[in-house]
Amino acid sequence: MCVKRVPLTGGRIVLTEDEQAIETRHLAFTISPHEECGVEEAVRLIEANGGESVVLTLGPPEAEEQLRDAMALGIDRAVHLVSEGEEWDPQATAGAIVEAIRADEAANGSFDLVFFGNESADAGNYQVGIRVAYALGRPVATGLKGVSVGGAVVRCEQEVTGGRDVYELPLPAVVGVLEGLNLPRYPSVPAKLRAQRKPVDASTPTRPDSRLEKVRLVVPEGQGKEALILGQGPEAAPAVVEVLRQIGVA
Amino acid sequence: MVYIDEPGELAQQALTFARELGGPLHAFAALAAVSVEGVETLHVAEGDAFASYAPAAIAQALVELVERLSPTAVVAAGTERGNEVLAHVAAKLDVPFAANCTRATPGDPLVVTRVRWGGSLLEEARVHGPVKLLTVQPHAVASEEQAAGDPAVERFTPTHSDADLVVRVHERVAAAAGGVSLADAKVVVSCGRGAGSSEGFGIIEELAGLLGGAVGCSRAVTMAGWRPHTDQVGQTGTKIAPDIYIACGISGATQHMAGCKGAKAILVVNTDPEAPILASADWAVIGDLHEIVPAISAEIRKAQTQKAERG
Repeated sequence: MCVKRVPLTGGRIVLTEDEQAIETRHLAFTISPHEECGVEEAVRLIEANGGESVVLTLGPPEAEEQLRDAMALGIDRAVHLVSEGEEWDPQATAGAIVEAIRADEAANGSFDLVFFGNESADAGNYQVGIRVAYALGRPVATGLKGVSVGGAVVRCEQEVTGGRDVYELPLPAVVGVLEGLNLPRYPSVPAKLRAQRKPVDASTPTRPDSRLEKVRLVVPEGQGKEALILGQGPEAAPAVVEVLRQIGVA
Repeated sequence: MVYIDEPGELAQQALTFARELGGPLHAFAALAAVSVEGVETLHVAEGDAFASYAPAAIAQALVELVERLSPTAVVAAGTERGNEVLAHVAAKLDVPFAANCTRATPGDPLVVTRVRWGGSLLEEARVHGPVKLLTVQPHAVASEEQAAGDPAVERFTPTHSDADLVVRVHERVAAAAGGVSLADAKVVVSCGRGAGSSEGFGIIEELAGLLGGAVGCSRAVTMAGWRPHTDQVGQTGTKIAPDIYIACGISGATQHMAGCKGAKAILVVNTDPEAPILASADWAVIGDLHEIVPAISAEIRKAQTQKAERG
Protein backbone atom coordinates (compact mmCIF):
# COMPACT_ATOMS: atom_id res chain seq x y z
CA MET A 1 0.00 0.00 0.00
CA CYS A 2 1.53 3.29 -1.11
CA VAL A 3 0.71 6.36 0.97
CA LYS A 4 1.59 10.06 0.99
CA ARG A 5 1.99 12.37 3.98
CA VAL A 6 -0.25 15.43 3.57
CA PRO A 7 -1.23 18.26 5.94
CA LEU A 8 -4.69 18.57 7.49
CA THR A 9 -5.49 21.93 5.95
CA GLY A 10 -8.52 22.99 8.00
CA GLY A 11 -10.51 25.93 6.73
CA ARG A 12 -7.93 28.15 5.10
CA ILE A 13 -4.70 27.47 3.19
CA VAL A 14 -1.67 29.69 3.85
CA LEU A 15 1.45 29.40 1.69
CA THR A 16 5.11 29.68 2.59
CA GLU A 17 6.78 32.91 1.51
CA ASP A 18 8.47 31.30 -1.53
CA GLU A 19 5.02 30.02 -2.70
CA GLN A 20 6.41 26.50 -3.06
CA ALA A 21 4.44 24.80 -0.30
CA ILE A 22 1.66 25.12 2.24
CA GLU A 23 2.72 26.69 5.54
CA THR A 24 2.45 23.68 7.83
CA ARG A 25 4.06 24.92 11.06
CA HIS A 26 0.72 24.83 12.84
CA LEU A 27 -0.81 21.87 11.03
CA ALA A 28 -1.10 18.17 11.81
CA PHE A 29 -0.45 15.55 9.12
CA THR A 30 -2.26 12.51 7.83
CA ILE A 31 -2.43 10.43 4.66
CA SER A 32 -4.81 11.09 1.78
CA PRO A 33 -8.38 9.94 2.54
CA HIS A 34 -8.44 7.44 -0.33
CA GLU A 35 -5.28 5.88 1.09
CA GLU A 36 -6.82 5.44 4.55
CA CYS A 37 -9.34 3.12 2.92
CA GLY A 38 -6.55 1.40 0.97
CA VAL A 39 -4.67 0.65 4.19
CA GLU A 40 -7.83 -0.76 5.77
CA GLU A 41 -8.55 -2.91 2.69
CA ALA A 42 -5.00 -4.30 2.63
CA VAL A 43 -5.24 -5.19 6.33
CA ARG A 44 -8.63 -6.89 5.83
CA LEU A 45 -7.32 -8.90 2.86
CA ILE A 46 -4.41 -10.22 4.93
CA GLU A 47 -6.69 -10.95 7.91
CA ALA A 48 -8.97 -12.98 5.62
CA ASN A 49 -6.37 -14.71 3.45
CA GLY A 50 -3.10 -14.68 5.37
CA GLY A 51 0.15 -13.27 4.04
CA GLU A 52 1.98 -10.05 4.66
CA SER A 53 1.22 -6.38 4.04
CA VAL A 54 3.73 -3.58 3.51
CA VAL A 55 3.20 0.19 3.57
CA LEU A 56 5.46 2.33 1.37
CA THR A 57 5.94 6.08 1.25
CA LEU A 58 8.15 8.60 -0.51
CA GLY A 59 8.40 11.53 1.85
CA PRO A 60 10.43 13.49 4.37
CA PRO A 61 11.84 11.87 7.52
CA GLU A 62 8.68 12.97 9.38
CA ALA A 63 6.58 10.70 7.13
CA GLU A 64 7.64 7.83 9.39
CA GLU A 65 4.69 9.01 11.53
CA GLN A 66 2.29 8.00 8.72
CA LEU A 67 4.05 4.64 8.27
CA ARG A 68 3.65 3.96 12.02
CA ASP A 69 -0.03 4.99 11.81
CA ALA A 70 -0.58 2.44 9.01
CA MET A 71 1.24 -0.26 10.97
CA ALA A 72 -0.96 0.55 13.99
CA LEU A 73 -3.92 -0.41 11.82
CA GLY A 74 -2.36 -3.79 11.10
CA ILE A 75 0.19 -3.37 8.29
CA ASP A 76 3.20 -5.61 9.00
CA ARG A 77 6.20 -3.55 7.91
CA ALA A 78 7.20 -0.37 6.09
CA VAL A 79 9.43 0.91 3.31
CA HIS A 80 10.43 4.57 3.62
CA LEU A 81 11.94 6.34 0.61
CA VAL A 82 13.28 9.37 2.41
CA SER A 83 13.12 12.65 0.51
CA GLU A 84 14.48 16.00 1.58
CA GLY A 85 11.05 17.58 1.66
CA GLU A 86 11.09 18.85 -1.93
CA GLU A 87 8.20 17.59 -4.04
CA TRP A 88 8.82 14.84 -6.56
CA ASP A 89 6.83 15.00 -9.78
CA PRO A 90 4.60 12.01 -10.65
CA GLN A 91 7.10 10.40 -13.05
CA ALA A 92 9.93 10.63 -10.53
CA THR A 93 7.66 9.37 -7.73
CA ALA A 94 6.57 6.38 -9.82
CA GLY A 95 10.19 5.63 -10.76
CA ALA A 96 11.31 5.55 -7.13
CA ILE A 97 8.36 3.37 -6.11
CA VAL A 98 9.05 0.91 -8.96
CA GLU A 99 12.69 0.54 -7.90
CA ALA A 100 11.66 -0.01 -4.28
CA ILE A 101 9.05 -2.61 -5.21
CA ARG A 102 11.52 -4.47 -7.44
CA ALA A 103 14.14 -4.51 -4.68
CA ASP A 104 11.61 -5.68 -2.08
CA GLU A 105 10.23 -8.38 -4.37
CA ALA A 106 13.74 -9.64 -5.15
CA ALA A 107 14.32 -10.11 -1.40
CA ASN A 108 10.86 -11.14 -0.16
CA GLY A 109 8.85 -12.44 -3.11
CA SER A 110 6.24 -10.88 -5.33
CA PHE A 111 3.31 -8.74 -4.18
CA ASP A 112 -0.06 -10.03 -5.37
CA LEU A 113 -1.61 -6.57 -5.12
CA VAL A 114 -0.19 -3.06 -5.02
CA PHE A 115 -2.67 -0.48 -3.67
CA PHE A 116 -2.67 3.24 -4.40
CA GLY A 117 -5.11 5.97 -3.49
CA ASN A 118 -6.80 7.06 -6.73
CA GLU A 119 -5.19 10.51 -6.41
CA SER A 120 -3.36 12.27 -3.61
CA ALA A 121 -5.30 14.84 -1.58
CA ASP A 122 -2.74 17.55 -2.24
CA ALA A 123 -1.26 17.26 -5.75
CA GLY A 124 -4.10 15.26 -7.36
CA ASN A 125 -2.05 14.00 -10.30
CA TYR A 126 -4.12 10.84 -10.98
CA GLN A 127 -1.24 8.87 -12.46
CA VAL A 128 1.42 7.44 -10.12
CA GLY A 129 -0.27 4.04 -9.70
CA ILE A 130 -0.85 3.68 -13.43
CA ARG A 131 2.79 4.52 -14.21
CA VAL A 132 3.98 1.99 -11.63
CA ALA A 133 1.70 -0.69 -13.12
CA TYR A 134 3.12 -0.15 -16.61
CA ALA A 135 6.71 -0.25 -15.37
CA LEU A 136 5.99 -3.53 -13.56
CA GLY A 137 4.01 -4.92 -16.51
CA ARG A 138 0.86 -5.48 -14.41
CA PRO A 139 -2.80 -4.69 -15.13
CA VAL A 140 -4.27 -1.68 -13.33
CA ALA A 141 -7.79 -0.49 -12.52
CA THR A 142 -8.53 2.82 -10.80
CA GLY A 143 -11.43 4.74 -9.28
CA LEU A 144 -12.44 1.65 -7.30
CA LYS A 145 -15.05 1.35 -4.56
CA GLY A 146 -14.92 -2.42 -4.41
CA VAL A 147 -11.93 -4.81 -4.36
CA SER A 148 -12.28 -8.53 -3.66
CA VAL A 149 -9.84 -11.34 -4.30
CA GLY A 150 -10.88 -14.82 -5.35
CA GLY A 151 -8.31 -17.34 -6.55
CA ALA A 152 -5.88 -15.63 -8.92
CA VAL A 153 -8.31 -12.83 -9.84
CA VAL A 154 -9.13 -9.49 -8.24
CA ARG A 155 -12.67 -8.28 -8.85
CA CYS A 156 -12.75 -4.48 -9.00
CA GLU A 157 -15.86 -2.29 -8.89
CA GLN A 158 -16.36 1.34 -9.92
CA GLU A 159 -19.43 3.40 -9.10
CA VAL A 160 -20.83 4.86 -12.30
CA THR A 161 -24.10 6.59 -13.18
CA GLY A 162 -26.75 3.91 -12.95
CA GLY A 163 -24.74 1.20 -11.27
CA ARG A 164 -21.35 -0.42 -10.88
CA ASP A 165 -18.80 -1.33 -13.54
CA VAL A 166 -16.95 -4.55 -12.76
CA TYR A 167 -13.42 -5.49 -13.85
CA GLU A 168 -11.67 -8.81 -13.32
CA LEU A 169 -7.89 -8.54 -13.26
CA PRO A 170 -5.44 -11.44 -13.09
CA LEU A 171 -3.01 -11.23 -10.17
CA PRO A 172 -0.50 -9.73 -9.68
CA ALA A 173 -2.23 -6.39 -10.25
CA VAL A 174 -2.28 -2.72 -9.26
CA VAL A 175 -5.42 -0.99 -7.95
CA GLY A 176 -6.30 2.68 -7.37
CA VAL A 177 -8.96 2.98 -4.67
CA LEU A 178 -11.39 5.65 -3.51
CA GLU A 179 -12.65 6.67 -0.11
CA GLY A 180 -15.91 4.84 0.60
CA LEU A 181 -14.33 1.46 -0.20
CA ASN A 182 -14.75 0.62 3.49
CA LEU A 183 -14.98 2.30 6.88
CA PRO A 184 -11.43 2.34 8.32
CA ARG A 185 -10.96 1.18 11.91
CA TYR A 186 -9.44 3.22 14.71
CA PRO A 187 -6.13 1.89 16.07
CA SER A 188 -6.08 0.47 19.60
CA VAL A 189 -3.47 1.63 22.09
CA PRO A 190 -1.70 -1.78 22.14
CA ALA A 191 -1.65 -1.75 18.33
CA LYS A 192 -0.04 1.70 18.39
CA LEU A 193 2.63 0.41 20.76
CA ARG A 194 3.23 -2.68 18.60
CA ALA A 195 3.58 -0.43 15.54
CA GLN A 196 6.54 1.32 17.18
CA ARG A 197 8.46 -1.96 17.09
CA LYS A 198 7.60 -2.97 13.52
CA PRO A 199 10.45 -2.69 10.97
CA VAL A 200 10.92 0.33 8.68
CA ASP A 201 13.32 -0.16 5.79
CA ALA A 202 14.62 3.34 4.98
CA SER A 203 16.65 4.42 1.96
CA THR A 204 17.39 7.72 0.25
CA PRO A 205 16.74 7.78 -3.50
CA THR A 206 18.07 10.61 -5.67
CA ARG A 207 15.49 13.08 -6.93
CA PRO A 208 15.52 13.51 -10.72
CA ASP A 209 14.55 16.79 -12.41
CA SER A 210 10.82 17.40 -12.64
CA ARG A 211 9.19 17.08 -16.05
CA LEU A 212 5.95 18.37 -14.60
CA GLU A 213 7.73 21.26 -12.97
CA LYS A 214 6.01 23.23 -10.22
CA VAL A 215 6.63 26.97 -10.63
CA ARG A 216 4.55 28.24 -7.73
CA LEU A 217 1.36 27.73 -5.79
CA VAL A 218 -1.48 30.25 -5.72
CA VAL A 219 -4.38 30.49 -3.29
CA PRO A 220 -7.43 31.17 -5.48
CA GLU A 221 -9.29 34.36 -4.74
CA GLY A 222 -12.23 33.85 -2.45
CA GLN A 223 -15.73 34.34 -3.70
CA GLY A 224 -15.66 37.63 -1.78
CA LYS A 225 -18.99 36.86 -0.21
CA GLU A 226 -20.22 38.25 3.02
CA ALA A 227 -23.03 36.14 4.40
CA LEU A 228 -26.18 38.05 5.30
CA ILE A 229 -27.03 37.12 8.88
CA LEU A 230 -30.74 36.25 8.90
CA GLY A 231 -30.91 36.11 12.67
CA GLN A 232 -29.99 34.25 15.83
CA GLY A 233 -31.61 30.99 16.88
CA PRO A 234 -35.02 29.56 15.95
CA GLU A 235 -36.59 33.01 15.68
CA ALA A 236 -34.83 33.29 12.32
CA ALA A 237 -36.94 30.47 10.81
CA PRO A 238 -39.47 32.74 9.01
CA ALA A 239 -36.60 34.67 7.40
CA VAL A 240 -35.06 31.38 6.23
CA VAL A 241 -38.35 30.23 4.71
CA GLU A 242 -38.68 33.59 2.95
CA VAL A 243 -35.23 33.01 1.36
CA LEU A 244 -36.24 29.47 0.35
CA ARG A 245 -39.45 30.83 -1.19
CA GLN A 246 -37.53 33.45 -3.19
CA ILE A 247 -35.25 30.76 -4.58
CA GLY A 248 -38.33 28.72 -5.41
CA VAL A 249 -37.64 25.63 -3.32
CA ALA A 250 -40.25 26.14 -0.58
CA MET B 1 -5.90 16.21 -30.31
CA VAL B 2 -8.91 16.00 -28.01
CA TYR B 3 -10.05 12.67 -26.60
CA ILE B 4 -13.85 12.61 -26.42
CA ASP B 5 -14.86 10.08 -23.79
CA GLU B 6 -18.46 11.20 -23.65
CA PRO B 7 -19.94 13.95 -25.87
CA GLY B 8 -21.47 16.80 -23.90
CA GLU B 9 -20.65 19.92 -21.97
CA LEU B 10 -17.34 18.69 -20.49
CA ALA B 11 -16.15 17.54 -23.93
CA GLN B 12 -17.05 20.99 -25.30
CA GLN B 13 -15.01 22.60 -22.53
CA ALA B 14 -12.04 20.38 -23.42
CA LEU B 15 -12.39 21.36 -27.10
CA THR B 16 -12.53 25.06 -26.17
CA PHE B 17 -9.44 24.67 -23.99
CA ALA B 18 -7.54 22.85 -26.75
CA ARG B 19 -8.50 25.47 -29.34
CA GLU B 20 -6.73 28.11 -27.24
CA LEU B 21 -3.48 26.18 -27.68
CA GLY B 22 -3.55 27.06 -31.40
CA GLY B 23 -2.93 24.90 -34.46
CA PRO B 24 -5.30 22.57 -36.27
CA LEU B 25 -7.72 20.77 -33.95
CA HIS B 26 -8.42 17.04 -34.23
CA ALA B 27 -10.66 14.86 -32.09
CA PHE B 28 -10.57 11.19 -31.21
CA ALA B 29 -13.30 8.81 -30.11
CA ALA B 30 -13.31 5.07 -29.55
CA LEU B 31 -15.76 2.76 -31.37
CA ALA B 32 -18.42 5.17 -32.65
CA ALA B 33 -18.31 8.55 -34.34
CA VAL B 34 -19.50 11.27 -31.97
CA SER B 35 -21.14 14.53 -32.89
CA VAL B 36 -18.40 17.13 -32.69
CA GLU B 37 -18.08 20.54 -34.29
CA GLY B 38 -15.23 22.90 -35.01
CA VAL B 39 -12.56 20.27 -35.55
CA GLU B 40 -10.78 19.40 -38.80
CA THR B 41 -10.73 15.64 -38.42
CA LEU B 42 -12.45 13.17 -36.16
CA HIS B 43 -10.43 9.98 -35.72
CA VAL B 44 -12.51 6.95 -34.79
CA ALA B 45 -10.83 3.81 -33.49
CA GLU B 46 -12.67 0.64 -34.45
CA GLY B 47 -12.49 -2.97 -33.39
CA ASP B 48 -13.70 -5.45 -30.77
CA ALA B 49 -11.18 -3.94 -28.35
CA PHE B 50 -13.64 -1.09 -27.73
CA ALA B 51 -16.77 -3.18 -27.15
CA SER B 52 -16.63 -2.15 -23.49
CA TYR B 53 -14.54 0.52 -21.72
CA ALA B 54 -10.90 -0.61 -21.77
CA PRO B 55 -8.53 2.21 -20.74
CA ALA B 56 -5.30 0.66 -22.04
CA ALA B 57 -6.88 -0.13 -25.43
CA ILE B 58 -8.12 3.46 -25.80
CA ALA B 59 -4.72 4.77 -24.69
CA GLN B 60 -2.99 2.60 -27.31
CA ALA B 61 -5.18 4.09 -30.04
CA LEU B 62 -4.18 7.57 -28.86
CA VAL B 63 -0.52 6.54 -28.82
CA GLU B 64 -0.82 5.48 -32.49
CA LEU B 65 -2.33 8.86 -33.36
CA VAL B 66 0.41 10.71 -31.46
CA GLU B 67 3.08 8.73 -33.31
CA ARG B 68 1.41 9.26 -36.69
CA LEU B 69 0.34 12.93 -36.36
CA SER B 70 2.74 14.38 -33.75
CA PRO B 71 0.19 16.71 -32.11
CA THR B 72 1.55 19.33 -29.74
CA ALA B 73 -0.94 18.27 -27.08
CA VAL B 74 -3.52 15.62 -26.20
CA VAL B 75 -6.41 17.04 -24.18
CA ALA B 76 -9.36 15.39 -22.41
CA ALA B 77 -12.01 16.39 -19.90
CA GLY B 78 -10.82 15.99 -16.31
CA THR B 79 -13.31 13.25 -15.50
CA GLU B 80 -12.35 9.97 -13.80
CA ARG B 81 -12.07 8.33 -17.21
CA GLY B 82 -10.40 11.28 -18.93
CA ASN B 83 -7.72 11.31 -16.27
CA GLU B 84 -7.39 7.54 -16.33
CA VAL B 85 -6.94 7.25 -20.11
CA LEU B 86 -4.40 10.10 -20.29
CA ALA B 87 -2.44 8.58 -17.40
CA HIS B 88 -2.27 5.35 -19.45
CA VAL B 89 -1.05 7.34 -22.46
CA ALA B 90 1.53 9.08 -20.24
CA ALA B 91 2.78 5.75 -18.92
CA LYS B 92 2.98 4.25 -22.41
CA LEU B 93 4.89 7.24 -23.84
CA ASP B 94 6.81 8.05 -20.63
CA VAL B 95 5.93 11.73 -20.89
CA PRO B 96 4.52 14.13 -18.27
CA PHE B 97 0.77 14.54 -17.75
CA ALA B 98 -0.86 17.55 -16.08
CA ALA B 99 -4.29 16.69 -14.67
CA ASN B 100 -7.17 19.12 -14.12
CA CYS B 101 -5.80 22.27 -15.74
CA THR B 102 -7.68 25.56 -15.70
CA ARG B 103 -5.37 27.48 -18.09
CA ALA B 104 -2.56 26.91 -20.52
CA THR B 105 -0.18 29.38 -22.15
CA PRO B 106 1.18 27.98 -25.43
CA GLY B 107 4.94 27.52 -25.63
CA ASP B 108 7.59 24.97 -24.86
CA PRO B 109 7.66 24.11 -22.05
CA LEU B 110 3.94 24.64 -21.87
CA VAL B 111 2.88 26.68 -18.84
CA VAL B 112 -0.32 25.51 -17.19
CA THR B 113 -2.38 26.35 -14.14
CA ARG B 114 -3.86 23.26 -12.51
CA VAL B 115 -5.92 22.56 -9.42
CA ARG B 116 -4.69 21.01 -6.21
CA TRP B 117 -6.68 20.07 -3.12
CA GLY B 118 -9.82 19.69 -5.24
CA GLY B 119 -9.65 23.38 -6.20
CA SER B 120 -8.69 24.94 -2.86
CA LEU B 121 -5.23 25.65 -4.24
CA LEU B 122 -3.81 26.31 -7.72
CA GLU B 123 -0.41 25.33 -9.09
CA GLU B 124 1.45 26.98 -11.94
CA ALA B 125 3.61 24.38 -13.63
CA ARG B 126 5.78 23.87 -16.70
CA VAL B 127 5.05 20.75 -18.74
CA HIS B 128 8.12 19.38 -20.52
CA GLY B 129 8.25 16.62 -23.11
CA PRO B 130 7.55 16.18 -26.82
CA VAL B 131 3.75 15.96 -26.49
CA LYS B 132 1.82 17.64 -23.69
CA LEU B 133 -0.89 15.56 -22.02
CA LEU B 134 -3.53 17.66 -20.27
CA THR B 135 -6.96 17.23 -18.78
CA VAL B 136 -9.28 20.16 -18.21
CA GLN B 137 -10.79 20.82 -14.78
CA PRO B 138 -14.58 20.51 -15.16
CA HIS B 139 -16.36 23.88 -15.31
CA ALA B 140 -13.13 25.92 -15.17
CA VAL B 141 -13.48 26.91 -18.84
CA ALA B 142 -16.63 28.31 -20.49
CA SER B 143 -17.35 26.25 -23.58
CA GLU B 144 -17.75 28.21 -26.81
CA GLU B 145 -20.18 27.41 -29.56
CA GLN B 146 -18.48 26.66 -32.86
CA ALA B 147 -19.73 27.24 -36.36
CA ALA B 148 -21.42 24.10 -37.61
CA GLY B 149 -19.62 21.93 -40.11
CA ASP B 150 -18.99 18.26 -39.92
CA PRO B 151 -15.38 17.16 -39.60
CA ALA B 152 -13.74 14.67 -41.89
CA VAL B 153 -14.03 11.24 -40.26
CA GLU B 154 -11.04 8.90 -40.41
CA ARG B 155 -11.50 5.38 -39.14
CA PHE B 156 -8.64 3.16 -38.06
CA THR B 157 -8.11 -0.11 -36.23
CA PRO B 158 -5.27 0.15 -33.74
CA THR B 159 -2.88 -2.72 -33.11
CA HIS B 160 -3.19 -3.93 -29.54
CA SER B 161 -0.97 -6.09 -27.39
CA ASP B 162 -2.66 -8.69 -25.17
CA ALA B 163 -1.92 -6.49 -22.15
CA ASP B 164 -4.00 -3.66 -23.66
CA LEU B 165 -7.08 -5.88 -23.61
CA VAL B 166 -6.85 -7.34 -20.10
CA VAL B 167 -8.42 -4.44 -18.20
CA ARG B 168 -11.96 -3.84 -19.39
CA VAL B 169 -15.46 -3.46 -18.02
CA HIS B 170 -16.55 -7.05 -17.64
CA GLU B 171 -20.13 -6.33 -16.60
CA ARG B 172 -22.33 -3.49 -15.42
CA VAL B 173 -24.41 -4.13 -12.31
CA ALA B 174 -27.44 -1.85 -12.24
CA ALA B 175 -28.04 0.08 -9.03
CA ALA B 176 -31.36 -0.15 -7.21
CA ALA B 177 -33.34 3.02 -7.91
CA GLY B 178 -33.09 5.27 -4.87
CA GLY B 179 -34.41 8.65 -3.79
CA VAL B 180 -33.06 12.00 -4.92
CA SER B 181 -29.41 11.62 -5.87
CA LEU B 182 -27.03 13.92 -4.03
CA ALA B 183 -25.16 14.96 -7.18
CA ASP B 184 -28.37 16.02 -8.99
CA ALA B 185 -30.46 17.35 -6.08
CA LYS B 186 -31.83 20.91 -6.34
CA VAL B 187 -31.67 21.21 -2.55
CA VAL B 188 -29.08 19.62 -0.29
CA VAL B 189 -29.35 19.80 3.50
CA SER B 190 -26.25 18.59 5.27
CA CYS B 191 -24.87 18.31 8.74
CA GLY B 192 -21.50 17.83 10.37
CA ARG B 193 -20.35 16.23 13.58
CA GLY B 194 -22.73 18.55 15.45
CA ALA B 195 -25.56 16.14 14.63
CA GLY B 196 -24.18 14.16 17.58
CA SER B 197 -25.21 10.72 16.30
CA SER B 198 -26.82 8.98 13.34
CA GLU B 199 -30.19 9.60 15.02
CA GLY B 200 -29.32 13.30 15.10
CA PHE B 201 -29.82 13.30 11.32
CA GLY B 202 -33.59 12.85 11.82
CA ILE B 203 -34.14 16.63 11.78
CA ILE B 204 -31.90 16.98 8.69
CA GLU B 205 -33.83 14.25 6.85
CA GLU B 206 -37.09 15.92 7.81
CA LEU B 207 -36.05 19.31 6.37
CA ALA B 208 -34.57 17.74 3.23
CA GLY B 209 -37.81 15.77 2.76
CA LEU B 210 -39.97 18.89 3.07
CA LEU B 211 -37.84 20.64 0.41
CA GLY B 212 -37.68 17.62 -1.92
CA GLY B 213 -33.93 17.55 -1.43
CA ALA B 214 -31.17 15.15 -0.51
CA VAL B 215 -29.24 14.71 2.74
CA GLY B 216 -25.51 15.37 2.77
CA CYS B 217 -22.86 15.24 5.45
CA SER B 218 -19.24 16.05 6.23
CA ARG B 219 -16.32 13.61 6.19
CA ALA B 220 -16.25 13.49 10.00
CA VAL B 221 -19.77 12.06 9.91
CA THR B 222 -18.99 9.23 7.47
CA MET B 223 -15.76 8.41 9.32
CA ALA B 224 -17.85 8.10 12.51
CA GLY B 225 -20.09 5.66 10.64
CA TRP B 226 -23.25 7.77 11.13
CA ARG B 227 -24.02 8.10 7.41
CA PRO B 228 -22.94 6.12 4.32
CA HIS B 229 -20.07 7.49 2.22
CA THR B 230 -22.54 8.15 -0.61
CA ASP B 231 -23.92 11.03 1.51
CA GLN B 232 -20.52 12.70 1.91
CA VAL B 233 -20.06 16.10 0.28
CA GLY B 234 -16.41 16.92 -0.36
CA GLN B 235 -13.15 16.52 -2.23
CA THR B 236 -13.23 12.76 -1.69
CA GLY B 237 -17.02 12.52 -1.62
CA THR B 238 -19.73 13.80 -3.94
CA LYS B 239 -19.45 17.13 -5.78
CA ILE B 240 -22.84 18.80 -5.56
CA ALA B 241 -24.42 21.64 -7.57
CA PRO B 242 -27.83 22.40 -5.99
CA ASP B 243 -29.84 25.62 -6.24
CA ILE B 244 -29.32 25.92 -2.50
CA TYR B 245 -27.03 24.16 -0.08
CA ILE B 246 -28.13 24.30 3.55
CA ALA B 247 -25.05 23.49 5.65
CA CYS B 248 -25.75 22.90 9.33
CA GLY B 249 -22.95 22.68 11.85
CA ILE B 250 -20.32 22.55 9.11
CA SER B 251 -17.22 24.70 9.65
CA GLY B 252 -16.04 24.73 6.03
CA ALA B 253 -12.79 22.74 5.87
CA THR B 254 -11.17 22.85 2.41
CA GLN B 255 -11.98 19.12 2.05
CA HIS B 256 -15.69 19.94 2.37
CA MET B 257 -15.74 23.17 0.36
CA ALA B 258 -14.17 21.39 -2.64
CA GLY B 259 -17.41 19.42 -2.86
CA CYS B 260 -19.93 22.27 -2.62
CA LYS B 261 -18.29 24.95 -4.78
CA GLY B 262 -20.89 24.22 -7.45
CA ALA B 263 -23.83 25.26 -5.21
CA LYS B 264 -25.65 28.32 -6.59
CA ALA B 265 -26.35 29.55 -3.07
CA ILE B 266 -25.31 28.52 0.45
CA LEU B 267 -27.27 29.00 3.65
CA VAL B 268 -25.37 28.26 6.86
CA VAL B 269 -26.65 27.30 10.30
CA ASN B 270 -23.77 27.51 12.74
CA THR B 271 -23.09 28.46 16.35
CA ASP B 272 -19.84 30.16 15.29
CA PRO B 273 -20.22 33.45 13.36
CA GLU B 274 -16.48 33.21 12.54
CA ALA B 275 -16.68 29.74 10.90
CA PRO B 276 -14.73 29.70 7.58
CA ILE B 277 -17.82 28.54 5.66
CA LEU B 278 -19.43 31.98 6.16
CA ALA B 279 -16.90 33.42 3.71
CA SER B 280 -18.53 31.30 0.98
CA ALA B 281 -22.11 31.64 2.17
CA ASP B 282 -24.98 33.87 1.08
CA TRP B 283 -27.02 33.67 4.29
CA ALA B 284 -26.40 32.51 7.82
CA VAL B 285 -28.38 31.83 10.95
CA ILE B 286 -26.30 31.86 14.11
CA GLY B 287 -27.23 29.36 16.77
CA ASP B 288 -27.84 25.72 17.65
CA LEU B 289 -28.89 23.60 14.68
CA HIS B 290 -30.93 21.34 16.99
CA GLU B 291 -33.26 24.28 17.68
CA ILE B 292 -33.07 26.07 14.34
CA VAL B 293 -33.56 23.17 11.89
CA PRO B 294 -36.83 21.93 13.49
CA ALA B 295 -38.07 25.54 13.61
CA ILE B 296 -37.45 25.91 9.85
CA SER B 297 -39.29 22.63 9.19
CA ALA B 298 -42.23 23.78 11.35
CA GLU B 299 -42.35 27.10 9.49
CA ILE B 300 -42.41 25.30 6.12
CA ARG B 301 -45.22 23.03 7.32
CA LYS B 302 -47.18 26.03 8.54
CA ALA B 303 -46.80 27.74 5.16
CA GLN B 304 -47.83 24.55 3.33
CA THR B 305 -50.92 24.15 5.53
CA GLN B 306 -51.94 27.77 4.97
CA LYS B 307 -51.50 27.33 1.24
CA ALA B 308 -53.61 24.15 1.30
CA GLU B 309 -56.36 25.88 3.28
CA ARG B 310 -56.40 28.83 0.89
CA GLY B 311 -56.33 26.52 -2.11
